[in-house]
Amino acid sequence: MIKRSHFKANALAYLLITPQVLVTLAFFYWPAIQGLLQSLMLSDPFGRRSQFVWLENFVRIFTDVLYLKSIGITLFFSLATALVSLAIGLAIGCLANRALRAKALIRTLLIWPYAVAPAISGILWLFLLHPSYGVVAYFLKNVVGMHWNPLLNGNDALFLVVVASAWKQISYNFVFFMAGLQAIPLSLIEAAAMDGAGPLRRFWVITFPLLSPTIFFLTVMNIIYAFFETFGVIHTVTQGGPGGATNTLVYKVYQDGFIGLNMGASAAQSLVLMALIITVTVLQFRFVERRVQYTT
Amino acid sequence: MIAMMVERTPILDTCTYIFLMVGICVVGFPIFYAITAATLPLDQVARVPMPLVPGDQFLINIHAAWNKVHLGRQLVNSFIMAAGITFGKIVVSMLGAFSIVYFDYRFRKVAFATVFCTLMLPVEVRILPTYEMAANLLGPLQWLVNVLHLNPAVQWVVGNNFEISLEWSLLNSYTGLILPLVASATCTFLFRQFFLTIPEELCEAAKLDGASPMVFFWKILLPLSVTNIAALVVIEFVYGWNQYLWPLLITTSPNMTTAVIGLKDLIPQADDVPMWNVAMAGSLLVMAPPVLVVLLMQRWFVKGLVEKEK
Repeated sequence: MIKRSHFKANALAYLLITPQVLVTLAFFYWPAIQGLLQSLMLSDPFGRRSQFVWLENFVRIFTDVLYLKSIGITLFFSLATALVSLAIGLAIGCLANRALRAKALIRTLLIWPYAVAPAISGILWLFLLHPSYGVVAYFLKNVVGMHWNPLLNGNDALFLVVVASAWKQISYNFVFFMAGLQAIPLSLIEAAAMDGAGPLRRFWVITFPLLSPTIFFLTVMNIIYAFFETFGVIHTVTQGGPGGATNTLVYKVYQDGFIGLNMGASAAQSLVLMALIITVTVLQFRFVERRVQYTT
Repeated sequence: MIAMMVERTPILDTCTYIFLMVGICVVGFPIFYAITAATLPLDQVARVPMPLVPGDQFLINIHAAWNKVHLGRQLVNSFIMAAGITFGKIVVSMLGAFSIVYFDYRFRKVAFATVFCTLMLPVEVRILPTYEMAANLLGPLQWLVNVLHLNPAVQWVVGNNFEISLEWSLLNSYTGLILPLVASATCTFLFRQFFLTIPEELCEAAKLDGASPMVFFWKILLPLSVTNIAALVVIEFVYGWNQYLWPLLITTSPNMTTAVIGLKDLIPQADDVPMWNVAMAGSLLVMAPPVLVVLLMQRWFVKGLVEKEK
């Protein structure tokens, strides 16, 4: 789309778009093409010789038990992270929306975790849940009576990274739920109240359905976040361990390619992730109604 | 404040505030605990469970964290990277959007599509090839030289001992930390949408008055975009400061890496002295700048977050 009233095309127009196009070509398209080629090649770790092997890398990763396990872990990890942070974000958002006083203060107290790096969130929760020194771990062991050791037990470690990743994301969800809740017409809620619907019923019958676009959008965003942006949590806290229990797909790409120097396998895994995120983006554009209004 | 016409029993209101307080405490607990730990001496922080009353060792712990890893230098690096990404992204995408919206030229749609297609392609899905590109920015040209067999040709022309070897590495440099993250389809898209909502009359009037495109940009478009820019500054500064994977790949020396990555060396491992107080002090120090930016620019932050994803 273009402005009806615009300037004549000249060298300036090309000059203005050049930086963007150059950086995009250099760091998106060229690497993507290279990745595509690498995924079809088998090369030695030093990249001196390579051989064209068609889809062998893909066959190999999809028959690799560790890769399949990593897919399972990533799915569980991202769904759990999304669910936890969405549920808490929605609950707090509804409560904050009901509050009449101190709204600004409440918002201030709830949005700052957004600015905490995932890696730092990981460190904070590692301390809280540390088997020897953590206070929450102490509570889990001595009050709840759990055997708790995220440093040795895979399930505990997965729980730890889910909590650390979800905590940071609560603020993000909270901001969007607040915006969504404020957009719900008060008259609808009032009408339901006059008809005798209690707060819980109003929530399920009116608020929740009207929030469904926000919930759908946030689910997608949270899953993308859990897939890609939690690399820092994994790298600082568990390094994929113990015993590969927290080896998510992105961490595995890094480990196989950058540490293990297995270019072909890493590239094939990257390509699978790329296909996944493109699918998600297209689906999102299809299903989420675009609310942007253009005035021409 | 508009009073809602729904029932407001004192019990329900009290419950709302109590649950809200519980929620805020749960969200805030990790930070409260980190602050407490950061103010305690080692023998108290290693006690199980740790006392929940803050001590007076905060500055000492900060100092210890500062000296234990290259935190001072790394904070500077983080700042340069975050500021560079923020500034670069906004300049590049604003100029790009200006070109796409306000000029009519043949490759306009192609350029927009080229940028738009990268909307959702994080660095995480193209780790190695992007790294290779950064390791030698002239890689594509070298490839061209090899494919066109320029080397034998040049050798034939100038003599035997000549070879074209093009190399420009971005590893361990600020350019390398910043440049690959500067292209942003989302920012371009945001500015494009915003520019499309600006009344046509403004550009018409500017043209009638004989303003050149760049004068129009500086005098009209830029002032109108101030709130959008402020919102993006908050979002992108936080994004840049909190980057993890890319600085991890592109930097190898502790002097060039960022503070978020440097923190990893403060985590006590199994056989270390459990200096969690120092680890927490360092974590607080590193998370402070983006948290402050979000809190101080709250209004723009919320606007930026919601608009960017719309």
